[in-house]
Amino acid sequence: MQIDYQTLTLDYVASPDQRAASPVHHPVIIVGAGPVGLSLAIDLAQQGVAVVLLDDDNTLSVGSRAICFAKRTLEIWDRLGCGERMVETGVSWNLGKIFFQEEQVYSFNLLPESGYRRPAFINLQQYYAEGYLLDRARALGNLDIRWKNKVTGLEQRDDGVQLTIETPDGPYELLCDYLVAADGSRSPVRNLMGLESKGRVFRDRFLIADVKMKAEFPTERWFWFDPPFHRHQSVLLHRQPDNVWRIDFQLGWEADPKAEMQPERVIPRVQALLGQDVAFDLEWCSVYTFACLRMEKFRHGRVIFAGDSAHGVSPFGARGANSGVQDAENLAWKLRLVLAGQAPDALLDSYAREREYAADENILNSTRATDFITPKSEVSRTFRDAVLKLSKEHAFARQLVNSGRLSVPATLRGSSLNTPDSEPFAGLMVPGAPAADAPVRRDGAPGWFLATVGDEFTLVTFGEGAVGAVPCGGIPLRVVRVLREGDGRTHAGGETVLEDAAGLLAARYDARPGTTYLLRPDQHVCARWREFDPARVAAALARATARS
Amino acid sequence: MANTLNTAANIAAPDDFYEALIEMHRDLSDEQSRMVNAKLILLLANHIGDLTILREAMTRARQGE
Repeated sequence: MQIDYQTLTLDYVASPDQRAASPVHHPVIIVGAGPVGLSLAIDLAQQGVAVVLLDDDNTLSVGSRAICFAKRTLEIWDRLGCGERMVETGVSWNLGKIFFQEEQVYSFNLLPESGYRRPAFINLQQYYAEGYLLDRARALGNLDIRWKNKVTGLEQRDDGVQLTIETPDGPYELLCDYLVAADGSRSPVRNLMGLESKGRVFRDRFLIADVKMKAEFPTERWFWFDPPFHRHQSVLLHRQPDNVWRIDFQLGWEADPKAEMQPERVIPRVQALLGQDVAFDLEWCSVYTFACLRMEKFRHGRVIFAGDSAHGVSPFGARGANSGVQDAENLAWKLRLVLAGQAPDALLDSYAREREYAADENILNSTRATDFITPKSEVSRTFRDAVLKLSKEHAFARQLVNSGRLSVPATLRGSSLNTPDSEPFAGLMVPGAPAADAPVRRDGAPGWFLATVGDEFTLVTFGEGAVGAVPCGGIPLRVVRVLREGDGRTHAGGETVLEDAAGLLAARYDARPGTTYLLRPDQHVCARWREFDPARVAAALARATARS
Repeated sequence: MANTLNTAANIAAPDDFYEALIEMHRDLSDEQSRMVNAKLILLLANHIGDLTILREAMTRARQGE
C-alpha cells in the first residue's frame, strides 16, 4: 500500500526511560526529526552508535517545503541506504525557461553530465524525503525515535548534557554525552540556551502553492521576472512528483500574509499564470519570509547545531536542506570516533569550522540570487532589467541572470584536517573536496566508485603498486585499489579492487600509477600523493582525526 | 599593460566619441536613458572581461562621490 507521508501520523510510545528512577544516559541525543536529524541519526546508527531522536511533533513535513535535492545529498543518502527510492520517486527537469515582462527571453537545457550515478538534482516534496529517511531509520535497531517529546529544559555540565523532556505522559529527564540540535530555524534548543542566529532579514514575502494539475503540463522550470499577470514581482513554477506543481509568487513586504493565503486569493493568481483553460486543485499554500543568518559558532560545548538551527539561507538555490544534510554527514563520523575514544574531543571543533565555512559560502550564493530576483534599489532594478533585456540576444548576459544557482557542496579548502599537497596535481579533487563519483567494475559487475568508499577512512590507490601496513593508531582504514579496465583481479589482504570502467576515475582524480588518495568517512579528500608512503599516510590520518 | 586600467588618452577621435555618447540618448526619457546606460556598461564590461580592471574602473568611478 502506498503510504501518504503528507498525512502520516506517528504514534507516541512511552519509553521505559520515562519510568526510570534516575535519568538514563545515552551517548547521543538528536533533537528534530527533519531531513537533517534523520540523516544524522541514520548515519550514526549505521556506524554502530546508539541514538535517541526526539521530535516535539508527530507528523512529517506539512506541504512540499524543501523540494530540490542536489547530487551530493543524493550521494549521502545512497550511503545511508535510501538514495535509490528518492531518485525513483523524484522528478528531473532539464529545460528551464526565463521570461521577462511579456515574453520569453531565453531557455536553457541542463543536460545531465555523464559518468555520475546521480543527476545534478531532483525535485521531491520534503514529506517524501522525510518519509523515506524515516523508513530507513525504522529498520535500524539502535535508533530510538520518540515522537511528542519536547525539550523544555537543558543543563550543560562538564561531563554531559541533562535534558528535561515534556511528553503526553508528563516530563522526564535524560542525560547524554552530546546533544545535536537539528530542530529548525526557530530552534527551541538555541532559544533555551539564549543563543542567536544573526544576519540579514529580507523585507519581502513569498506565497508558495502546491497545485495538482488535472492534465498534462510540460516538465520544465519557468521563471518570470515582472510578468503581466503579476507586475513588478517574480514567479517560479516547477514540477514535483504526483503531477504536483510548486509555484512561488513574490508578494512584496506590504502584503498581508493571512489574506494572501485564502484560496479565493490564491486560485485567481494561479489561474492567471497557467491560463484560464488549465484545470488544477490547490493542495497546500503558505506565505513565508526569509533571512540569511548564521550562528556565530555551531558548537557550544557538548551541544552542536546542524541544519537550519545553525544557519538560514534564502530558498533561491536550494541550499537549506542540502547544506543541512552535509552538516549531518560531516558530524556523524566525528562523533563516532570521539565517543569511541579514537579521536580527541577537538575533532568536533573541526565540524564547527568546516560547516561555518560552508554556511558562509551558501549564504553568499543565496544572497546574490536574492539580490538579483528582488532588487533593493532603483539602480539595482535597472541593471537587473538591463541584463534580462540583453539576455534575449546575448549569451554573456544569460550568465548574469541569477534565478538561483545549482546547489553544490563546499570544498573545505582551508580545513585543518587537510594535508596540503606536496606534489603537483591538476583538477578539482584538492584536499577538502567532496570525492567525485565515476563508473567502475567490481568483480566484473558494473557499479559506482562512491558506493565503495565512505563510512571509514579509505586509501584509494591507482595501479599495481604494493600498499603495506599503515600505523593507524586504532583508526579503521580500508584500501581500495583502482586498476585499468581489464586488469581487475582479486587481491589478497582485504583490498577492494575496482576497474576504472571508462577511465573517468583516473581523469577526475588526475591519477597515474602510484597515485594514492586518503578519503575521509564522509567521502571528502583529505590528502593525496604520487606514491604510497606509510609514514605520510599515518601522519595525514592523525591530522584528519585531530590527533596531531 | 595587462591587468591595469588604461587611463591614458586612448580614444582616437575624442569629439566624435563624445558626440556619439550624447546622441545615443537623444529623445529618450530619463528612465530610458538610465536603461541604455546600464546596457552600455554591461556590454563594455563583458568586452573587457578582466575583473581586476573592472574593479579598478569601479573604484575610480566612485571616487569623489
